[in-house]
Amino acid sequence: MAKPKLHTLKEGNRYFLLGNHAIARGALEAGLNLASAYPGTPSSEILDALASSARELGFYAEWSVNEKVALEVAIGASYSGLRCLTAMKHVGVNVALDALATIAYTGVSGALVLVSADDPGAHSSQNEQDNRILAKFTKIFCLEPYDAQSAMDYTIKAFEISEKFSIPVMLRTTTRINHARGDVLVGVLPKSGMKSEFKKNFSRYVCIPANARLLHRELNKKLEEMESYASESTLNNIRLNGSYGIITSGVSRNYVREAIDALGAEVSLFELGITNPFPKQLVKRFLSKIDRILVVEELEPFLEEQVKALAGDIEVSGKDILPRDGEFNVEIVKNAVAGFLGLEIERVKREDISPVPRPPVLCPGCGHRALYYALKKITEKKIYSGDIGCYTLGALEPLKTMDTCLCMGSSLGIAQGFYHAGVEEDIIALIGDSTFFHAGIPSLLNAVYNRANILLIIMDNRTTAMTGHQPNPGVGVTAIGTKTVAVDLEELVKALKVDFVAKVKPSDLEASIEVIKNAIDLSGVRVIIAEEPCALMGRKLGLWRTPPKVTREKCEGYLCRGCRACLKIGCPAVSWERGKAKMIPELCTGCDLCIIVCPVEAIGRDEND
Amino acid sequence: MIKNILIAGVGGQGILFISNILGNAAIVQNLSVRASETHGMAQRGGSVVSHIRIGSARAPLIPHGEVDYLVALEPVEALRYLSYISKKCRALVSTFRIVPSAAQSGIGIYPPLEDILENLMRYAEVFPVDAYSLAKRAGNPLTGNTVMLGALSTMEDFPLRQDVLKEILLSQVSPETADINLRAFELGRIAVKK
Repeated sequence: MAKPKLHTLKEGNRYFLLGNHAIARGALEAGLNLASAYPGTPSSEILDALASSARELGFYAEWSVNEKVALEVAIGASYSGLRCLTAMKHVGVNVALDALATIAYTGVSGALVLVSADDPGAHSSQNEQDNRILAKFTKIFCLEPYDAQSAMDYTIKAFEISEKFSIPVMLRTTTRINHARGDVLVGVLPKSGMKSEFKKNFSRYVCIPANARLLHRELNKKLEEMESYASESTLNNIRLNGSYGIITSGVSRNYVREAIDALGAEVSLFELGITNPFPKQLVKRFLSKIDRILVVEELEPFLEEQVKALAGDIEVSGKDILPRDGEFNVEIVKNAVAGFLGLEIERVKREDISPVPRPPVLCPGCGHRALYYALKKITEKKIYSGDIGCYTLGALEPLKTMDTCLCMGSSLGIAQGFYHAGVEEDIIALIGDSTFFHAGIPSLLNAVYNRANILLIIMDNRTTAMTGHQPNPGVGVTAIGTKTVAVDLEELVKALKVDFVAKVKPSDLEASIEVIKNAIDLSGVRVIIAEEPCALMGRKLGLWRTPPKVTREKCEGYLCRGCRACLKIGCPAVSWERGKAKMIPELCTGCDLCIIVCPVEAIGRDEND
Repeated sequence: MIKNILIAGVGGQGILFISNILGNAAIVQNLSVRASETHGMAQRGGSVVSHIRIGSARAPLIPHGEVDYLVALEPVEALRYLSYISKKCRALVSTFRIVPSAAQSGIGIYPPLEDILENLMRYAEVFPVDAYSLAKRAGNPLTGNTVMLGALSTMEDFPLRQDVLKEILLSQVSPETADINLRAFELGRIAVKK
C-alpha cells in the first residue's frame, strides 16, 4: 500500500488511521521540526510516514544509523529550540539509553518526544521489556495512549508537556496501539517555520561531574513539579462507581471497559494517561474512596507496585491474578475482573484446534536462502552466531543455520566470545547490512584489535528489508529520497584492517561455496560480503523471471525416489503434490535455486525461457 | 451495535488491502471502527490476521466467540480462529490451498478441504468460494481478496453498503486494474448469492 501523505488530510475530517500514522499526524499538528528514527517493528511506520511529508512541510527527517544516534540528533536539535520526535522499538531504547539516562539532567530547550513502541506478546521482537520502567529510571514523563485517536492527541500533548517542563516525554505505545487502526478526527496543521538557536550554557549542557551533581538535584526538584502536573492532568480519568476500583492504562483501558460492560459490573475506574511521574496525589484521592483495588496492566507490575506503596490497608490485586507476560485481550481481563468482583461468568467451552503452523519464511527468490543452502553444503563442524533481520528466519526448519540470536549486532561479539572460550568448531557470524551499520562496526573493530579468529558474513540485501525496505548508509538514498553517499562495505571493512575480505553473489551457488570454503580454511578476522538485492525489490526492478518447469517423469526417478531436495531449501514456491514436486507460479521469482539443488535435473528451463 | 469481521490468510494475499477498504467504508457511512493488523510478516508467507470491529467497540481485538463474519483467504487459516466465531457466524472460505512448508517437510499435516469445511460447519454457516478460479476469470489470479470482499458484501445484516465498498475499492487500485477488480468483486458477489 502506498505511504500516506499525512499533511494532505483535511482538518475536521475523520480518517481510518493506523496508530503509527496517528502519532505522525499528531507530530505534524504539533509543529514538528525534526524527526529521526531507526526502523524496528512496531515503530517503523511513524518515520516512514513523516519522511513522506517532510519535503512539503519543510521539516527535517532522517533514518539514523541506530537509535542512539537518532536520539542524539534529536537532542542536538532540541537544544537548539526545535520540536523533535524520535521513534524506535522498545529494545531500540536500550541502544539509546546511554543518551537517555542523562538527557533529563540537561533538559531540552525546544521539545523532545521519544516514541517507544513496546511489543507485549513479542510479535516481532526478542523480548517483552516494559519501557515504562525506563521512563521512571531516566526521570522523564511517560504518556500512554490507548487507541488511534488518543495516539494523535497524546502526541500533541507530549510536545506541549516537553516544552513546558523542558524535559523529554516518552510516548509509550504497544503493538496494539501502533498496528491498530481507528477512526481519527484530525485537526489543524500549523504554519511551519524552523527558527533554531543554541544558547550556550556551560553549567547546563556540559555534563562534567561538577555540573551533573547540581543538575541531578535540580532534576529531582523538577520531578515533584512534574508529579503535581500529572496529578492535575486531564489525561487521567476517574469514574467513581462503588467501593471496588480498577486502575489501568494503555491498551488495557479498552479491555477493562468492554469487560465491565459485558459483566454489567459496578466498579470505580481510574484510567491513567500519564504513568510517569506516577500521579501520587490523585491516586491517593482515588484510594480514599475505595476498599479494594485491581490493577490491570500488561507486562510488569509498574503501576501496581506504586499503588501498593500508597494503599495502606487497602487490598491490591494485579499480577496475582493477571499474567506478567504476553498481551491481554477482553477474555483475560473479563475473567480477572469477574474474579475480583466475585461474579460468576459463563465459560463457553469451545474447541480450539491448532492446525499445521505457518510461521513466516524467507520469501521466494531470497538471496539469504541460497547463502544458507551454501553453508549447509559445507559440512564441517561450525557454530553460527546469528543476528536480527529477515535472515533470522534461517534459524527455522528446514534451513536451521543459526545457533544464537540475542540483540542487534551481537553476532560478532558472541562469535568472539566463542573463539576466546576456545571452542573447537569454526565460528561464523552472520549479520545483515543494516544491522552491521547499526551495531556491527565497533564489534568488528574489536575482533581485529583483539585478534579473534572468526568468519563474518555480511548478508547484504541492499536495504532494511524486515521493517519495510527503509534505506541505510549502504544504499545511497536518504529517508526523504535524496541521493547521498553509498558506503562501500568492502572498503569499510578493509579500512578496519580485517585479514581477508571477499565478495560473493549467493545465487551463484558453486562460486559462493568455493569462496566460503577457502575463507573457513584461513585464519584471522575474515569477512565475506554476500550481496544479493532483496527479492521483493527485485520485483520492482523487473528481475523476476518465469518459473522453471518440473519434468514429472524425472521426479521420483530411480536415483532420487522423490528425494524432496527441492523442499529442503524451504521455498514457499515449491510444493509437493502426489509424490512429486510442483511449482506455484504466483509465488515463484525464477531464482532457480531449486534447479540447482535437484540431483536428477527434474526441474529445469526451456532454452528460450 | 458491534459487527466483528475477522480476515485470515497468508502474508501476501492482500488482507490489509481488504481491511483497509472495510475500515474506510465504515468512515464513509459515519460508523465508528477499530481494527488490528499483522505487520512485518505480511510479505513473508506467515499467517496473517486482521480484526475489524464496526460500531461501538473499544478493544482492537475481537473477543473470543464474537466474530460475526469470518473471511478466510486460505482454508486452513479459518481453523486457527474457530474459538473466535460466534453462534451466528458466517464463514466465507476461499477453497484454494496454500500448503505451509511445515506440512511439506512433514512437521504437520494439512487436512483435506472437505474436513476443514465440515469442521467449520459445526460452528458456522459456511460459504466456500472458489476465489482463485474466479480471480483468474476476472483477469488476475491475485484479485482473490477482491472476490472475497464482493462475497462478504452480500452477507445478511452486513453493515457496509456495496456501493460504498466499490467506490473505495476503485479509489485504492490503479486505473489499469480497476475493471479487473470490479469484475472480481461482482464474481464474488454472485458466487455466494442464494
